[in-house]
This record gives sequence, C-alpha cells and structure tokens, in this order.
Amino acid sequence: MNKHRIFSPGSIYFLLVCVLLYLPILLLIIFSFNDSTRLVFPLKGFTLQWYGKLYENRELLKALGNSLMIGFGSSLIATILGTMGAIAIVRFKLPGRSVFLAVSALPLVIPYVIFGVSLLILINEVGMPPSAFAAGLAHVIISIPYALLIISSRLVGFPDNLEEAAMDLGASYWGALLKVTIPICSPALLAAFLLCFTISFDEYAIASFIVGTDATLPVYLFSQLRFPTRLPMVVALAAVLMTVTMAVMLFTEWLRRVGQSPAKKG
Amino acid sequence: MENRRRFASLMGPPSLYLFLLFLLPLGLMFVYSFRAGITGPAHDVFTLDNYRSFLTNSHFHRLFWRSALISLTISVISSLLAYPLAYYLVFQAGRNRVTLMTLLIIPAWTSYLLRVFAWKLILGSSGLLNSLLLSLGVIEKASPMLIYSRSAVIVTLVYVWVPFVALPIFAALGRIDRNLLEAAADLGCKPWEAFLRVTLPLSLPGVAAGFFFAFIPTLGEFVTPLLVGGASGQMYGNLIQDQFMRALNWPMGSVMSLAMLVAVITLVFILTRLASVSDLVGGLNE
Repeated sequence: MNKHRIFSPGSIYFLLVCVLLYLPILLLIIFSFNDSTRLVFPLKGFTLQWYGKLYENRELLKALGNSLMIGFGSSLIATILGTMGAIAIVRFKLPGRSVFLAVSALPLVIPYVIFGVSLLILINEVGMPPSAFAAGLAHVIISIPYALLIISSRLVGFPDNLEEAAMDLGASYWGALLKVTIPICSPALLAAFLLCFTISFDEYAIASFIVGTDATLPVYLFSQLRFPTRLPMVVALAAVLMTVTMAVMLFTEWLRRVGQSPAKKG
Repeated sequence: MENRRRFASLMGPPSLYLFLLFLLPLGLMFVYSFRAGITGPAHDVFTLDNYRSFLTNSHFHRLFWRSALISLTISVISSLLAYPLAYYLVFQAGRNRVTLMTLLIIPAWTSYLLRVFAWKLILGSSGLLNSLLLSLGVIEKASPMLIYSRSAVIVTLVYVWVPFVALPIFAALGRIDRNLLEAAADLGCKPWEAFLRVTLPLSLPGVAAGFFFAFIPTLGEFVTPLLVGGASGQMYGNLIQDQFMRALNWPMGSVMSLAMLVAVITLVFILTRLASVSDLVGGLNE
C-alpha cells in the first residue's frame, strides 16, 4: 500500500479528474450569483436577483407543480409495483420469474427517444391528449427497474423464516408481508421512492414527447434556452435543481446502506 | 398450489403495468411501421414501403453509422480515461477506495440534463471557456469552434459517462486475487509484465461492461446533440425525433426506431455474454 505517497501519478490523475467532474457544477452555482446578464468571465459581483426572478415566475412555479405531482405519483406507484415484483422474484422460484426480470430490466437499456415516441403512438391510439399525467405513467416504467433492484437486494438480506414465524403465530400470508416484511424493508422502500422521484424529476427525453402543454421543470428549462435574456434565471434554476437532486441522492444512498447493513453482519 | 397463487397475485399488477405501458406501445410501434400514413385512409393501408425506403435511404444510413462512430469514440475515450482511475483506486488508494469511488460518482447523481446544460454554457461561443481564454490573453477573439460540433458532443458525453465506466472496471479489478500478482512477481515477472499478463486480462470483462455502459445509452442519445451538437453533431436519435415531431412521418420514424431497438438489444445480449451480472452491478457494495 502506498498510503504515504499522497502525490503519486495515480493520485494526481484522480484529483485532476475529480476537479474536472465537479468544475462544471461549481461554475453553474457560482454564475447563478453573478450580477450580470451575460455568462462570461470575469465575474461582476454578487446578486440574488436571479433567484428572486425564479420565485416570481408563475410559469416556472406551474412547471414545478407538475414535476412534483408526477414525481410523487410515479415514484409511489413504482415503489408499490417494485415491492410486489421484488417479493415475488426473491421469495418464489417459480416459472415466469426470468421473463419478468428481463422485461422489467429492459427500460434500463432502451433509448428514451424510442420509448418516448412509442408512448406518443399509444396515447394517440387510445385518444388521450398529451399531458403531464402521461409522462407520469411513463416515469413509472423507467423507475421500476431501480425500485426492484433496491428492494430485492434488501429482501435477499433477511431470511424468509421471519415471515414463516409470523404465519406460525397466526398471521395470514398477506398479514405477515404487511406486518413483518414491509417494516423490515422500510429504509429500502424509502430509498427506492426517493431514487424514483429524482429519476422522474430529472427526466426530459420522454417527457418532451408526451407532456403537451403541461411542461415539467426540465421541459420548461429546455424551452427557456431559446431566450438569451433569460439565461441567468435558467442558470439559477439549474443550480437549485442540481443541489436538491444531489442532496436527495446522498440521503438515498445513506438510507440504502443503513437498510442493508444488517445483511452484512448476518 | 398456495405458493403459485401468491406468486401470481404479487406478480400480476407489475406485469400488467409493464405490458400495458411498455410492451404494448412497442408493439403498436411495430404495427405503425407498416402503415402508409397516420391520418385519413392511409392510416388503414399497410405496406412495406417504409422498410423499403429506410433500406435505400443513404442519408439514414450515414447518420446511423455516424452515431455509432460518435458512440464508439465516446466509449473508447471513456474507457481509457476510466481505467487508470479504477486502477489507482483499487491498488493504491488503500482503505479509502470506496469513499473515493463514491466521490467520483456523486456528480453523476445530479441531473443529467443540467450537466449537459453546464457544458453548453462552458463551450458556448460567448461562453465561459472562451471568455476565460480571452481574459487570460490566450486567444485574441472568441472561437465559435467549441460548441455546435461533433467534438462538443463527444466532450460532453465523455464527461457524463466516465464515472459509470469506471464502476465495473473498479469492481473487476477489486476481485483480482492479489496472490496471483505475488505469484507472478515470484516467478520473475516485472510489474508491467504482471499488469499485461495478469491484471489486464482479468479486468477485461469489467472493461467490456464499462464500454457498453457508455456505448448503449449514447447510441440513442438525442438531447445532448440538441444542446451542443449543431448540424454536424446530429445523431440518429435526432432523426427519429424529427420524424415524429416535425416531419410527422410516424411510420418512417417507427421503422427507424425499430432498427435502433434491434441494434441495442443485440448489444445488450452481447454484453450479458461478456460479463456476469455481478460485474455490472457490483463495485460499491464490497
């Protein structure tokens, strides 16, 4: 172990990549406080006016509302469906399992442009207008694989004889799931919910095809890029979104580890 | 019997949802790919013309191969950049390696759209990089060359994917038995020989996984070209988007989507042959 060689070529390279990875994010945050309508060096001075503009912008607040609504709804449904799927594939080794796994993992690799346009065809075929609701339905699909992954890795971590014990003590199968399995999984369930939420909150590609006039926050942000004068406000919005997503993800990762730690001991 | 019923009731709702909102739309897209049009009587006429014109249109092919080439470039550069990172973390960073790996991944947890957006601001002709170089006196007038080009797409997407490519390589390197390296040294291998003949071959499944981690999603990319690509940075995904949103030729767009879907599924199939699932998702949970 070269623990004491802090400045080996490897560590310098690592540091350099880290700086490059964080720099764009930092620049975005720094420029959101810059007192100038143009995004150029040198910095002009400190201001909070762009954040103030965000707060006054009604269109933006409406987009925020849409994003929160479909983010909340889609992650709730994805977590519920993911829990059912996870229990089924972890606890029962029955036929149908591998087909289900393959299909539910497919949204991870399918290009979102393809999924987006196929949904456009679907809503057109059933005569449903494009809406934020349609985007919410789609976000459930792309969230399910993540929910399944998080919840099933928690389920693998504790033995199913706890459920059997509950049933021996008189609980029904479903009662045992609700009173034993679900509570033990609750950190994983919350982590899955939060991860699904950030997926939906951040998703632009699919939403851009099917939200119609109910812009979500990413769709709104994208539409504002056409107006150069609104750029500083968009930067402030981006800074807020980035900070929030990062905070939620850090919390999610922490939860996921807390939820799994008993598994490592046993 | 009891178990079967429980299994079915647990599996039913998620399966139904996946069927109705995932498989059914893709199936409909398949049907649309044979339609002569989407409105009026053309809606009910089925034809192979879309496939015929897709196969004969050299513009589509050019863009398809150009996209593949862009994705290939991104994946190769990302793998080359990520390998030394993973190597450093596994063999030299000691006990801190998982923490440091997490440090690499954290920026990737922020919004993908916004990281691309940040690069648009950095590379723009009146953007940050240009103004920085101007004020430092490195260049005399702003260069518009940085943005709206294929290289802007490549730079941005390499930035996005490097941490994800490093992850499976990190996992693969971490699983190498250190005794093998000691044995190689005992048998007279110089360190670089041991690297070439032991470490590198053993880490190749991880490299392959990392390569595909970047290649598969960038193949279908259309948002990044939209933001930083300009005309020369357009990819196949933009062509599909155009067919649906501007040209309104949905049947043609469906054929193009299906072609890409087949390409992606083939690649995923190859990936699952090359690397085991633990190569793909392992890494941070050690």
